[in-house]
Amino acid sequence: MISFLLRRLAYLALLVLVATSAAYFLAATQLNPRSRYEGRNPPPPAAVVDAALDALNLNDRTPVLERFARWSTGVFHGDLGRTVDNTSVNEEIDRRMWVSLRLMLLGAILGSALGVAGGAYAAVKQYQKFDHVLTVFSFVILSIPTVVLAVLYKNAGIGLNNLLGFTGETKLLYTTGEMTPGLDPWTGAGIMDRMAHLILPTLVLASISIAFYGRYQRNAMLDILGSDFLRTAQAKGLPRSRALIRHGLRTALIPMVTFFAYQFALLFVGATFTEKIFGWHGMGEYFVNSVTGQDVNSVAGVTLFVAILVLIAGFLADVAYAALDPRVRV
Amino acid sequence: MTAEPDVTSRGQLVLRRFLRRRLAMLGFTIVLVLFAIAYLSPLFVAWQYDELDASAFLSPPTGEHWFGTTQNGFDMFALTMRGMQKSLVVGLVGAVLSTALAAIAGAFAGYFGRILNAAISAVMDLLLVLPGFLIVAILSPLFQGRTWLFFVLLLAAFQWMITARIVRGMTLSLKEREFVQAARFMGVPGWKIIFRHILPNMASLLIIDATVNVSSLILAEVGLSFFGFGIQPPDVSLGTLIGNYSNAALTFWWQFYLPAGFLVLLVLAVNLVGDGLRDAFDPNAPSRVT
Repeated sequence: MISFLLRRLAYLALLVLVATSAAYFLAATQLNPRSRYEGRNPPPPAAVVDAALDALNLNDRTPVLERFARWSTGVFHGDLGRTVDNTSVNEEIDRRMWVSLRLMLLGAILGSALGVAGGAYAAVKQYQKFDHVLTVFSFVILSIPTVVLAVLYKNAGIGLNNLLGFTGETKLLYTTGEMTPGLDPWTGAGIMDRMAHLILPTLVLASISIAFYGRYQRNAMLDILGSDFLRTAQAKGLPRSRALIRHGLRTALIPMVTFFAYQFALLFVGATFTEKIFGWHGMGEYFVNSVTGQDVNSVAGVTLFVAILVLIAGFLADVAYAALDPRVRV
Repeated sequence: MTAEPDVTSRGQLVLRRFLRRRLAMLGFTIVLVLFAIAYLSPLFVAWQYDELDASAFLSPPTGEHWFGTTQNGFDMFALTMRGMQKSLVVGLVGAVLSTALAAIAGAFAGYFGRILNAAISAVMDLLLVLPGFLIVAILSPLFQGRTWLFFVLLLAAFQWMITARIVRGMTLSLKEREFVQAARFMGVPGWKIIFRHILPNMASLLIIDATVNVSSLILAEVGLSFFGFGIQPPDVSLGTLIGNYSNAALTFWWQFYLPAGFLVLLVLAVNLVGDGLRDAFDPNAPSRVT
């Protein structure tokens, strides 16, 4: 068992290594950091541009293997290199991942909890009103691209502000940024302000999760509802609600676990649209900006970050799987 | 006189079940109608997507410009129809490509096993770890001036892995069945067995997968084009329209809500078809996420 886990871990580490290197080579050959210095007036001397690019390890006149060697040496020492603006990629990721986490934690928890609960309840009440409402909701939300959904919620928020007369500086719901600049975040007013910024993007993320998990959990639960062991549990005298939760929901959760784990890893970049539209400076924004900004080291850094998250998530899914399904533990 | 026995083939059965599902038929009709409008309307309307009307800037919907115009005087109806052509084609071609890739890779990995299986599995794992959005975005400058097929190919390349895993699993069990064994002992080469016996036996899975892929690829195109990483100007897609005019939603609503509305209608209709197909192929299974 131990040797299997170790081999698995080594394979996963190798995958991260290959994925990050592939992203680095792609970015280093396709992106063009030099273009940032072109079109300036007066044009900087070529030697100055070369020196600046060399300092960042972004000079396209250096052979790509040489750049890769320098970059990977840094990575093995825990240094992901410099961005095009000569800041540290490490610091950038370190700052932005917390922004993303603050944005998504609430939405993800709320969305998956409500989705699972709603889906399970809809299955128990199959073809009744609640089931129909959830089915239609999921179907419609899953057919709307995240960008469009985010814009719709944002405009609804602005409309609500106008309707209720919040047209001045203070608003009921804010649609850009994480908080009003200059406010102390740890006072009562600061926390209220953060909440007012958080509501709309959280609603966007939660809606999507509810739609996704709700529909999936409903089907997983429906599969379980007809099963013999649930009937047995009731036959031996367990109240229906206890039987449904202890035996039904627990079993129906098993296939969902894999989704949870992967979903959370992909959320970090998947929330790109929400971050972009609501003006949060998180990992998703970094992801897009690194490509548009011709930022080779940042692209590789983001890829490494995502790859590690996906793998941790996969590992956690295995653990949770074992916790829910006793057969795995034997 | 002997009457022909009343034989219903599986195909007829599935078709009959599909036709009986009202929502699925509604979705199918909407897709057909949208297809027809997208491709036929340019033949009948006065303004084309690349024509400027210098006398109407930012005009709201009127009798002449049904969906209004943009800042530069482009006709929004023509743009939306042009965008829908692209979205439809991207979705359909991409879905067929990715399902075909999944079928072939999964079946070959499952049938031949060993080294081929290990190699294909490694590629699948790697592609699952690499963020596809980022890779397509990095390569997007290459789309400029090239055919959109290249873009669709890339989208499909990041879409096939999970289906391929399912196909591999099914191949492993089909491989042991008598008809496959019989074909093998008669000396039929492996690739022929795959195309003649194994893949036709999972046709329902592949058809459903392709339908579901149509809507995921349309949505993926919108996401990429929103940031300028997808279809490149001067061509337009629903994604580029939504990206360009998402800021205009509050002021000049027709620029955003009309293309976005058509997109949602299209994806919704495709999802209804997918759901209906699933039920038609497997009436006992509860309908799944599309």
